[in-house]
Amino acid sequence: MLSSKSSKTKLFIVSTILIVAIICVFFLSLNMGTIKISPIEIIEAFTGKGSTQTFNILYNFRIPRSVIAILIGIGMAIAGAILQGVSRNSLADPGIIGINSGAGFAVILYIFFIQGSVFQAGPLSVYIMPFFALIGALIAAALIYVIAWKDGVTPVRLVLVGIGINAAFGALIIIFQLMMDPRDFTQATIWLSGSIWSASWSYVLALLPWILILVPIAISKFQSINLLQLGDNLAKGLGVSIERERGLLLLIAVGLSGACVSVGGGISFLGLLAPHLARMLVGPKNQRLLPVAALIGALLLLTSDIIAKSLMVGSEIPVGLVLSCLGAPYFIYLLIKE
Amino acid sequence: MTKSHSLESDKKTIYRPKSATLVLGIGILFLLISICLSIILGVADINLSTVLQGIFHFDSTSTAHQIIYRLRLPRALAATFIGASLAVSGAIMQGITRNALASPSIMGVTSGAMFTVSIAFAFIPVVSNTVIMLFAFVGAGLGAALVFLIGALSKRGLTPMKLALAGTAISALLGSISTGIALRFDVAKDISFWYAGGVAGVQWINVQLLIPVAIIGLILAFFISKSITILSLGEDVASGLGQKVGFVKLLGTIVVLLLTGAAVAVGGTIGFVGLVVPHIVRFIVGSDYRLIIPCSAVVGALLLVLSDVVARLVHPPFETPLGAITAIIGVPFFLYLARREGRGL
Repeated sequence: MLSSKSSKTKLFIVSTILIVAIICVFFLSLNMGTIKISPIEIIEAFTGKGSTQTFNILYNFRIPRSVIAILIGIGMAIAGAILQGVSRNSLADPGIIGINSGAGFAVILYIFFIQGSVFQAGPLSVYIMPFFALIGALIAAALIYVIAWKDGVTPVRLVLVGIGINAAFGALIIIFQLMMDPRDFTQATIWLSGSIWSASWSYVLALLPWILILVPIAISKFQSINLLQLGDNLAKGLGVSIERERGLLLLIAVGLSGACVSVGGGISFLGLLAPHLARMLVGPKNQRLLPVAALIGALLLLTSDIIAKSLMVGSEIPVGLVLSCLGAPYFIYLLIKE
Repeated sequence: MTKSHSLESDKKTIYRPKSATLVLGIGILFLLISICLSIILGVADINLSTVLQGIFHFDSTSTAHQIIYRLRLPRALAATFIGASLAVSGAIMQGITRNALASPSIMGVTSGAMFTVSIAFAFIPVVSNTVIMLFAFVGAGLGAALVFLIGALSKRGLTPMKLALAGTAISALLGSISTGIALRFDVAKDISFWYAGGVAGVQWINVQLLIPVAIIGLILAFFISKSITILSLGEDVASGLGQKVGFVKLLGTIVVLLLTGAAVAVGGTIGFVGLVVPHIVRFIVGSDYRLIIPCSAVVGALLLVLSDVVARLVHPPFETPLGAITAIIGVPFFLYLARREGRGL
């Protein structure tokens, strides 16, 4: 049991370092932007000594944005880890297999038909949009699962079918996007690329319940994911009711990615990268992998958001693009190595 | 020994010249009818006699004649040659890689073109049509080269799964960079117009550049069709039969780059034609590329001209993106192939 003890220590060290890093980057992200705010000013603002303008920028814009980055990072990372475990495919990612584009299509439909032409979320929309995204994500996931089903689902079929579904939703998105006026078109492009530019506390409130409910359930299911990773026959032999557990876990993954997409847009590769990095640090056991992946996801998205903010001053590039530029080469490396 | 023998008999080429003649005959007939439809139908309907007059006795004062000559005719011709080029390059890709999923849109060609076109829009002050075409041409080659490179670097070569994933990753990477450029330099709308425009805004200058390249590519494709049939039996078989495998592959790749480059440069993103058409044709005429290539050219042209007519009529006076129409036709087919895990050659 020496190894178990040492891996526990390792988990503790890794988690501590990650949490410290997240806190540091969080304060860095409050500091960055068009107006620089020094750490002293931040402390002053919250002890009531600073200017109201500084407090406003921090409270109404920067803090909710960074909190959302952390929440989306956690959600996407857990969703990716579940998908990789359940499909026994290290390349599964909600962005690649079409779940994100399903959610994106539903949101585009909502904006196009219900919200009118202006891409400006009203107070009610903020809470309704996650449900639309969720329905879209569910439909995409159900389509992938049903089409890939032929005496069971093999990992290869799942991914290939996912790519097809992704293309179909991509085509549908383009049709509706081109019917929008130019301003909405650009906004929709930014949103679809993955962006947390419109952050506010109401988005935090819309996203928080999903993360608070689904992430603990997912982590408590670590044993099922561990067993499913071993393969269907072995899991069945060990007394897991495979289809039920797999269905439940997939639902959790779909719920998480749907909720994250509705707030952050189509952020790809985060669900791929975070679990991989976590696996390198603490190994494949999900009781350690899931929490570490969540922390890495939060750190990655927060850091990417800072890069996106500071790369081109004046015109922010969507954070999803930064992640794709980091994630795609890594994905290609995995492909070549495999 | 027995294993390679069974493989050979397993992969026997099926040669159905009669079916092919039928496909060619009916296909060309329908193609001509569709081209006429494409000239007649549109926001302003023009009757057939005016069309014939416009072609044979052009009257520059007549609006209808102007529409036919300046808009409809180049558009129909562009659709014809783009369809033929995409279908034939898909057939060659599938033959060379022996991979059922190989096709221009899966292989990163369109995202490569989008990447270079966004660079052109962002950094060149006055972009002419010709410059855009040139950039798209180079980009198409770049995208395909990257995907092939991934295949060459990985140990077990380009399996269907690896091909699809490599294409997705390259598309994500190049697409992200182009979106970044587009948003930074405020050219998103220009690029999307090119990207999804299909053949709607095609001018004679584009057609004049497209047709010679496409014809050269198609003739070359026909000349190497026999070698591709042999190569599609497997590289071992091909070199056993005395074929210079490397040379045929190189020639095939050049043809693919010529055809897709020209097609993407004029038509933007038109996916799935190159995937679907060769499979349908193979189903009818068998597995000999001497028949597959000419029949794919005709069927591809027919499919694209018809899709373009549909794109115009779905939601007039707006143009529905041509690539979206072909995707809606092509995706179910892709899913069918995916269910078979990419087998089907």
